[in-house]
Amino acid sequence: MSFGLTRLDLPEGAATREAFGETLAELGADNDRIVVVDGDVNNSTFTNHFMARYPDRFFNVGIAESNMVGIAAGLAACGKIPVAASFSTFLLSNAFDQIRMSIAFPNQNVKLVGTHAGISIGEDGPSQMAIEDVALACSLPGFAVVVPADGPSAAAATRTMIDHVGPVFLRCGRPKVPVVYPAGPDFHLGKANTLRDGGDVTLIANGIMVAMALDAAETLADEGVAARVIDMHTVKPIDVEAIERAANETRGLVVAEEHLAYGGLGATVAMVVAERKPTRLAFVNIGDTYATSGKPDELLVQYGLTPAAVADAARRVLKD
Amino acid sequence: MPVGRRVDNEELEAIARRLRKHIVEATTKAASGHPSTSLSMVEILTVLYFGGVLRYDPQNPDDPDRDRFILSKGHGAPALYAVLAEAGYFPVDDLLTLRALGSPLEGHPNMCRLPGVEASTGSLGQGYSIGIGHALAAKLDGRDYRVYVMVGDGESEQGQVWEAAMYAGNHALDNLTLIIDRNGNQQTGRVDEIQPLDPLDEKLQAFGLAGRTIDGHSLEEVQDAFDWARSMAGGAQVIVANTIKGKGVALLEAGQDKWHGKPIPADDEAAALAEIGATP
Repeated sequence: MSFGLTRLDLPEGAATREAFGETLAELGADNDRIVVVDGDVNNSTFTNHFMARYPDRFFNVGIAESNMVGIAAGLAACGKIPVAASFSTFLLSNAFDQIRMSIAFPNQNVKLVGTHAGISIGEDGPSQMAIEDVALACSLPGFAVVVPADGPSAAAATRTMIDHVGPVFLRCGRPKVPVVYPAGPDFHLGKANTLRDGGDVTLIANGIMVAMALDAAETLADEGVAARVIDMHTVKPIDVEAIERAANETRGLVVAEEHLAYGGLGATVAMVVAERKPTRLAFVNIGDTYATSGKPDELLVQYGLTPAAVADAARRVLKD
Repeated sequence: MPVGRRVDNEELEAIARRLRKHIVEATTKAASGHPSTSLSMVEILTVLYFGGVLRYDPQNPDDPDRDRFILSKGHGAPALYAVLAEAGYFPVDDLLTLRALGSPLEGHPNMCRLPGVEASTGSLGQGYSIGIGHALAAKLDGRDYRVYVMVGDGESEQGQVWEAAMYAGNHALDNLTLIIDRNGNQQTGRVDEIQPLDPLDEKLQAFGLAGRTIDGHSLEEVQDAFDWARSMAGGAQVIVANTIKGKGVALLEAGQDKWHGKPIPADDEAAALAEIGATP
């Protein structure tokens, strides 16, 4: 996949789901509190690495996400650190009430990992595409919500998620993605990473949109526009300080995410900006629609998730 | 290691009467709540907590070796609170704070606010899955505690109950006992008319659960059923308890399909308490 990158030659790395699965299996060696609950998609979520090494701590409950979430909640109540992993849409949408009632409300230490998020899954089409999952997870009191940009970030996020006490939603994608952090990120929950400094405009992104924002920043530089690029990997709790600083120090913000317009990173950033420092905003997201089947790169173009779209949004912000 | 508490039969009957009294008084004072669904569970809870079944220690409610009771039908909270108070988790006087602002005795159970509550419930269908999680953790940790989950018969219309039954029946969870409080009624009418469950016993057994059907108001049958459940090695069990919604209060028993979620009016409280026959 090219992800529409034209300026940057980032090496292709692991899919975020793959990095999650491999890291989880490593963590299992030293932490026997970690258990995995699977909805019969372990070879898609890559929890099969954990399954192979620790079969006693792996529970494939079949295609039954409601039961899966409830079992995870019970395990957490007994001191385990359950990781419940499935396709993000089946986890968040199918089992939302169970997540609300059995995990969020009693603040259980369950880690939800949703893979195959967004439209970049491609051919399988909209029934499999989680495009509202971030909004759903962010709506749950006490949940941390993390959308890593690349393999190294997903690995770091997995370690952080296990160490963090409390419910977490980690959103991973299907395709192999460009490596944004070749040396691995300095990853702290709720602390955004500034990948490129600039004083004209700020591009805030997460997930696959981070590499695109970096690519767009190169294009903007040619036009004499210095763009700051921020990887906002944690949507909740959001890094208020990084947003406020960007709003003060640059002329406007672009927020890019592989998600619906409602309830995700863009909406969260807008809330912060509205309260702290009103400024010009532009959004790059899927809008208010379901996608279709197609090749991943084709879909990203079709639904406006490209470096060109990010650069255009920056130009709109700077126009007046 | 927590131990079970066993009182004699006369005392069991007295406790059952007190639970009924607490349920009526608390819901009437709150002027809201579900006394009728609570009253159908009284003998089962009495035997669980005072018939030597559940091993627990109110002084150490989080003891990892304790047996667990999960009330999946969360609207039966007044009955759960009554038995927890009688068991010593908190003062009996607190029962009259049911549903009041600031009280941990919320309308439906909140495990974060009240010791002895094993799961926050009230959105129906979820407790059995949580119980499976507890039962699996026991196996992982080599602990011998047992898990008891109570669901309602109306609640059994939820698909998640059957997802959980399928899992429990397939995975040799002999430390997990499901109890169905089969009082025959749900919010707007009779289960038989809204979504009939029969043959309920056969369905559950077809899912791999060992089953027994009892009169849920007979202390003796309830005691025998729990003895049987604890003796079953190799698989999960289900006890279908036939009960009466509103048991013990004529007003409620006479209109079982009409009193869901309604407290006994203050004017009728004295008569109800007299029928129950509980001494203060």
